[in-house]
Amino acid sequence: MRPTSHAFKENVHAALADAGLQKALGRTKPQFIGRRAAAVAGLPEFEALREVGRDIRNHAIANMDFYLEEYAARVEASGGHVHWCATAEEARAAVLGICQDAGARTVTKGKSMVSEEIAVNDHLEAHGITPIETDLGEYIIQLRHEAPSHIIAPAFHLNREDWEESFRRAHTDLPPDRVFRERRDILTEARTRLRARFIAADVGITGANFLVAETGSSVIVTNEGNGDLTQTLPRVHIVLASIDKIVPTLEDTATLLRLLARSATGQDMSVYTTFSTGPRRADDPDGPVEYHVVLLDNGRSGMVGTEFQDMLRCIRCAACMNHCPVYTSIGGHAYGWVYPGPMGSVLDPAILGVDKAGHLPNASTFCGRCESVCPVKIPLPKLMRHWREREFERHLTPQAMRTNLALWAFFARRPALYRLATRVAALSLSALGGKKRRFKRMPFAGGWTAGRDLPAPEGDTFFALYASEQRGGRA
Amino acid sequence: MSKDQMLGAIRRGLRRGTLPAEQQAMLRARLASPPRHLIPARAQLPHNEQVDLFLRMVEREFATFARLADMQAIPEAITDYLAAQNLPPEAVIAPHPELRAVDWLRRPLLHLHEGVATGDDQVGIQFAFAGIAETGTLMLPSGPDRPTTINLLPETAIVILRASRVLGALEDGLAALRATYGHTMPRTLMLITGPSRSSDVEQTQELGAHGPRRLHVLLVDDQA
Repeated sequence: MRPTSHAFKENVHAALADAGLQKALGRTKPQFIGRRAAAVAGLPEFEALREVGRDIRNHAIANMDFYLEEYAARVEASGGHVHWCATAEEARAAVLGICQDAGARTVTKGKSMVSEEIAVNDHLEAHGITPIETDLGEYIIQLRHEAPSHIIAPAFHLNREDWEESFRRAHTDLPPDRVFRERRDILTEARTRLRARFIAADVGITGANFLVAETGSSVIVTNEGNGDLTQTLPRVHIVLASIDKIVPTLEDTATLLRLLARSATGQDMSVYTTFSTGPRRADDPDGPVEYHVVLLDNGRSGMVGTEFQDMLRCIRCAACMNHCPVYTSIGGHAYGWVYPGPMGSVLDPAILGVDKAGHLPNASTFCGRCESVCPVKIPLPKLMRHWREREFERHLTPQAMRTNLALWAFFARRPALYRLATRVAALSLSALGGKKRRFKRMPFAGGWTAGRDLPAPEGDTFFALYASEQRGGRA
Repeated sequence: MSKDQMLGAIRRGLRRGTLPAEQQAMLRARLASPPRHLIPARAQLPHNEQVDLFLRMVEREFATFARLADMQAIPEAITDYLAAQNLPPEAVIAPHPELRAVDWLRRPLLHLHEGVATGDDQVGIQFAFAGIAETGTLMLPSGPDRPTTINLLPETAIVILRASRVLGALEDGLAALRATYGHTMPRTLMLITGPSRSSDVEQTQELGAHGPRRLHVLLVDDQA
């Protein structure tokens, strides 16, 4: 997908004014936050498991080269093929090559954010191959020519009326009296339409939640069953996965599975957790005849050993965005690329460049909820702050902000002056605060007061009050 | 080559070359006998309580179950279930030796055909490798006697599980898998927890997406 992260500010204005989107975002709390909280409460060991999960991921990253080679050797031993791709372009070419060798006309797809990252659908279409998204959320946004707005709920931004409208427009043979009153009607329509597509497809492309070095297996975690049909029915199965999905063993995977479904959808276990290892065996009655893994780097190896290495632990549960006050106000599209929310604000600059995605790590209140729910304890606010520092170092920050920061730094380095200046400001603002104790407008802070009032300080500064307390109490 | 480029970049980041042989040997040993991590207490119960937990979790995940005294009770249980669901007594059945040993002639009106499932099959009958009590999960490794398509294509899935194969935690299931398959995984290992569903429409859960809309577990009591 084409990034629009540079236009983040304009995107935000559009998102805040979008009534349908705001209605959809209102479902975050009851659905995602509430369900996760219930699932976590049901497992007393959850907090301890987060530490174990973090350690497993750290171990995998610290030995990533070794485990990737072991994994690839197991895949080859089971009759599969691994295609190492350093860039998105190489991965697109690898997928296209496999599809062309298979003489593919249609390709079914399970949900894969990596496939969005490398924009493989457009590439296949440009070469006369029809990709069909089969995850319900991905299917509708493909019909609408939109991008996913959430990493596990791609159609999070849509309401029921949008579904009906899109189905009526795309499925032109629908009788006019066909009703879509219930969510079930929508599911039935998609199930019926896609069944024939599953059976006719020549190639199936899935993503992977994990790649297991011990066995050479790719793992997908889904609820619908579309990913399983995609990787079972066609003659060729392509797994599209990034290198950070590597996990050493099945036992390591078991621990991460306990964290993943609870953090993502509030389930103890997703409906289908499926391990695929190579193509069908000699005596297997079904399954694909060819098995390919397209292993994508696309900037991730460059994060190893940097302050952003912790981000490679991410297992893509989306808890960070579900709990983010920024994401839940503006939705995913405003972020302008595949990965939105706090995890996207850290990952997108690493892949796209901080010059293109520098707005994202700035769009944070640093409230820390993302870090507090992250199943593998990624310090997301700290990583966003590192991007801000990089942006500053590279002189990408706007001049007005740099000037103000310099002014602040001048005072911050002179504590006596700092205290005096803040005291003068606090006391005079307090005196000017009037009865309402707040300001509707403030010189040099018009951007801030345009949306809310500035509360007037209560009186003296904290420093001054504390000092007087230490001296024997405030009279 | 991209492979060398990718591995080289990772090693540069880790500020080392290829792992020293000694450390490689340590990691290989970890792969050969994977350590278990923290296992939730709820999965560590006496076996009869594991069976109860398994069935509770199966129901919680919107599947249904019936308990049978022995394998020969299966044909009747299936015909009863299909009749109750208003479904015709026809099904595709996995060519599993345990299922072949059942005397299906006790219910002659039940039409079964062995093999893989197609889009036309309305009901599938499968034999589970194991059940995981912790989450109410069925373990279904693929193979000549357990086609994967039966798990996916029919709208109604009936899965037979021996009570002795109800295990506590997922790790217990993995140990059982290694005991049978060694370190060579079957092509497909499906862990199934309840019937297919989607929350993609307004984040509200709805059963019956692309996989089976109904999942019915027949638990056969095979213990003294």
